[in-house]
Amino acid sequence: MKSLKIAMSKWCVSVPFLFFSQFLFAQEAAEELSSLNLRRGATDISGQVYDLHMLMFFICVAIAVVVFGVMFASMYLHRKSRGAKPANFHENVKVEIAWTVVPFLILIFMAVPAANTLIAMEDTSEADMTVLVTGSQWKWHYKYMDSDVEYYSLLATQREQIQNKFTKTDNYLLEVDRPLVIPTGQKVRFLITSDDVIHSWWVPDFAVKKDANPGFINEAWAKVNEPGVYRGQCAELCGKDHGYMPVVVIAKEPAEFDAWMGEQEDRARKAKEEEQRLLSMNMTMDELMTEGERVYNATCAACHMPNGEGLPGVFPALKGSKMALEDQTGHIEIVLHGKAGTAMQSFSKMLSLKEIAAVVTYERNAWGNNTGDMVQAKDVNALATGN
Amino acid sequence: MSKATEVISPDTSVHHDDHDHHDHIPKGITRWLFTTNHKDIGTLYLWFAFIMFLVGGAMAMVIRAELFQPGLQIVEPNFFNQMTTVHGLIMVFGAVMPAFTGLANWLIPMMIGAPDMALPRMNNWSFWILPGAFLILLSSLFMEGGGPAFGWTFYAPLSTTYSGDSTALFVFSVHIMGISSIMGAINVIVTIFNMRAPGMTWMKMPLFVWTWLITAFLLIAVMPVLAGAVTMVLTDKFFGTSFFDAAGGGDPVMFQHIFWFFGHPEVYIMILPAFGIISQIVPTFSRKPLFGYASMVYATASIALLSFVVWAHHMFTTGMPVYMEMFFMFATMLISVPTGVKVFNWVATMWRGSLTFEMPMMFAIAFIVLFTIGGLSGLMLAITPVDFQYHDTYFVVAHFHYVLVTGAVFSIMAAVYYWLPKWTGKMYDTTLAKWHYWCSLVSVNVLFFPMHFVGLAGMPRRIPDYALQFADFNKWISLGGFAFGLSQLIFLALLIKACKKQGEPVSAKVWDGAEGLEWEIPSPAPYHTFETPPVVK
Repeated sequence: MKSLKIAMSKWCVSVPFLFFSQFLFAQEAAEELSSLNLRRGATDISGQVYDLHMLMFFICVAIAVVVFGVMFASMYLHRKSRGAKPANFHENVKVEIAWTVVPFLILIFMAVPAANTLIAMEDTSEADMTVLVTGSQWKWHYKYMDSDVEYYSLLATQREQIQNKFTKTDNYLLEVDRPLVIPTGQKVRFLITSDDVIHSWWVPDFAVKKDANPGFINEAWAKVNEPGVYRGQCAELCGKDHGYMPVVVIAKEPAEFDAWMGEQEDRARKAKEEEQRLLSMNMTMDELMTEGERVYNATCAACHMPNGEGLPGVFPALKGSKMALEDQTGHIEIVLHGKAGTAMQSFSKMLSLKEIAAVVTYERNAWGNNTGDMVQAKDVNALATGN
Repeated sequence: MSKATEVISPDTSVHHDDHDHHDHIPKGITRWLFTTNHKDIGTLYLWFAFIMFLVGGAMAMVIRAELFQPGLQIVEPNFFNQMTTVHGLIMVFGAVMPAFTGLANWLIPMMIGAPDMALPRMNNWSFWILPGAFLILLSSLFMEGGGPAFGWTFYAPLSTTYSGDSTALFVFSVHIMGISSIMGAINVIVTIFNMRAPGMTWMKMPLFVWTWLITAFLLIAVMPVLAGAVTMVLTDKFFGTSFFDAAGGGDPVMFQHIFWFFGHPEVYIMILPAFGIISQIVPTFSRKPLFGYASMVYATASIALLSFVVWAHHMFTTGMPVYMEMFFMFATMLISVPTGVKVFNWVATMWRGSLTFEMPMMFAIAFIVLFTIGGLSGLMLAITPVDFQYHDTYFVVAHFHYVLVTGAVFSIMAAVYYWLPKWTGKMYDTTLAKWHYWCSLVSVNVLFFPMHFVGLAGMPRRIPDYALQFADFNKWISLGGFAFGLSQLIFLALLIKACKKQGEPVSAKVWDGAEGLEWEIPSPAPYHTFETPPVVK
């Protein structure tokens, strides 16, 4: 029993302190040890948040040291085995008032800087530019409010890495096909919303985490000081692939940003022209199937599964389904417009006419669906425009 | 000899009162099915809670096995989400709450000198609907599409438009759990108000009774709110209403307000009885009266009242007006004052006592230290600007597991180690108990402490797969998790031995510093106690 007591007091003293001391030393090189602590981040606000965090942390450690110190001292000094005789006091008004008032004062000391930082964080006025961020299962959509540029941003990590068939690379699960690009030194306002369930757009280095609520728009902002690549993730459980919905933001110098924006506008214009040109052309079955497979795996396979069998009771199968075998018009329409009240979303914004044509063809001819049906961009266009 | 048996009531001659007759215990399964005895029902609740603790724990093992390394190895994301959801529901509604109700059943009548609970038939019913509720919930895992996968907080519209058909079963089972809790709470309140022994005035009641009384009022206040929330989820999903759908004029954020108006008091429902238990144990093994009894009562009541005005601190990132964020930040910070008073009182009780470290005290000390760590991380979480960084990361997971596992669950274990000899009449196997204690204490910290680090470094909660920089810590967390899970099998072995009545017989008082009516009746506690009320001086 005695050795037990000694072991107990040793353990209780040393282990928490070991953990805390890790933290203390981490402070010295906080930026390098980002696997252990919050990061200071890339904006003035995120720096303030970091300082608040460390202030709170040290106050909490100090409180813990005092409280546990007294308790462990008592456990050592006032043991029965050391011959301690119990005192009989059971109240002391002065002490009780002191330990109600002192914590209250400490709280006020914490509350003032916290309130100031909070007010600064929530001030989204006088922004230099605005980006609309829309979450949907399981990707982000970015739209620059002052131009025509808008695009989806999807997880770029290969499925084979997730399934442990390929070696995982450095930015496993934190990489996307098209990152959001913003300029440094400018106040960028984010309008955040959702097309389906609640998501949460989080970039730790900006200290921005804001829920994307369907039907409502939230605001946040960041003024990034240093160019760089900043990675985050969706922070609100949003269904099956919640863990596969990263956020990547690239901050560029304003001149570089303007050049990039020019390229994107060109790219958007060319895509529109290409779409018009394709309306008068027919693709071959092989072209459609190759393109369709690519689109299917990138866009549809998350729910309907790579083998087209879906998840019974959650997401319907396409393989052998009535719609994929018979109702071609309905098939194109559901891809274009989605199905209200279900997880099936509209893909008319995300996919080009050509891509929709290809993926519908693929779904009607893959996994033994062999209908032989071919859908062309102009067929999709006819349904999309009502002609 | 107890005061109760010294008093001879005039009735006893009529009923030919002899102890053999009154201690006639029914045999077989019908004893348990039809029992209205508070001790039997307490035992049923405690075993049910322990079985649910093992079932919910097994789900935690699945979660930790999947998170042992990055990539998907064992389960699919959809099943992973079912595991996190059902783990949470089972631990909250199936393990912690029924365990406290079981302790209330066993102890409140014995502590206030009452012969039984006030409403014994309702007591039977409130227990026996629970296994059905959890069978319904668990069976939903075997449906096509699986069980609920939207987190134990079931945020709409993920739980409405985007959920599977099992949602109906989930809603029904939560309704039954709620009815059971409300009936249990009514029983506690009626018993305490009406059945205290002569002289057992309000400010003489043991703190466990006080904390449970306040908890029972919280339960009656908020369980109907939960019932309302699940009903609206049900009608949104199946009957075309739009409470939480903006397209029909509803608001998904309103769901979160309703849920957390229930959810935050619920958190205190799971910790106030723990405060009561620790306030019983610490004086016993310090051989010194509890410091600040009255302030403990007032602190408990303050925490309960404050719990109704802090709910939105769970929702700082939903986009509230900045002044609402500030209100909820300040209100939340205030809670640390009465909670601090409690911790200071326990430490002051130990100060200049004559301390020994039997098993209940060991658990109580672990509780004070580890619950305080959970409380301090809670204070950090209250600070809105930094909560934006902590919210929905493993930092939060670490925080609430410190409060609920090393807080609530450790207090329940402390209670079992404290009162088990009174229930069985035999001292349990203290060697096994020490193994259980040390294995649990070390592994639970390996399990939950590194979660603070991965959370701060940016790992979101409720994900089946994670980026590579979190891999090392997650491996340790999983190993700690497996060890903590296995450690509970030691507890199971100890409990089975204790129920077989193995071990040294104990005296009525069991612990030499123990005080209170329950220590004045013989050990094991007779089937019927205090049929004639004792007189409390």
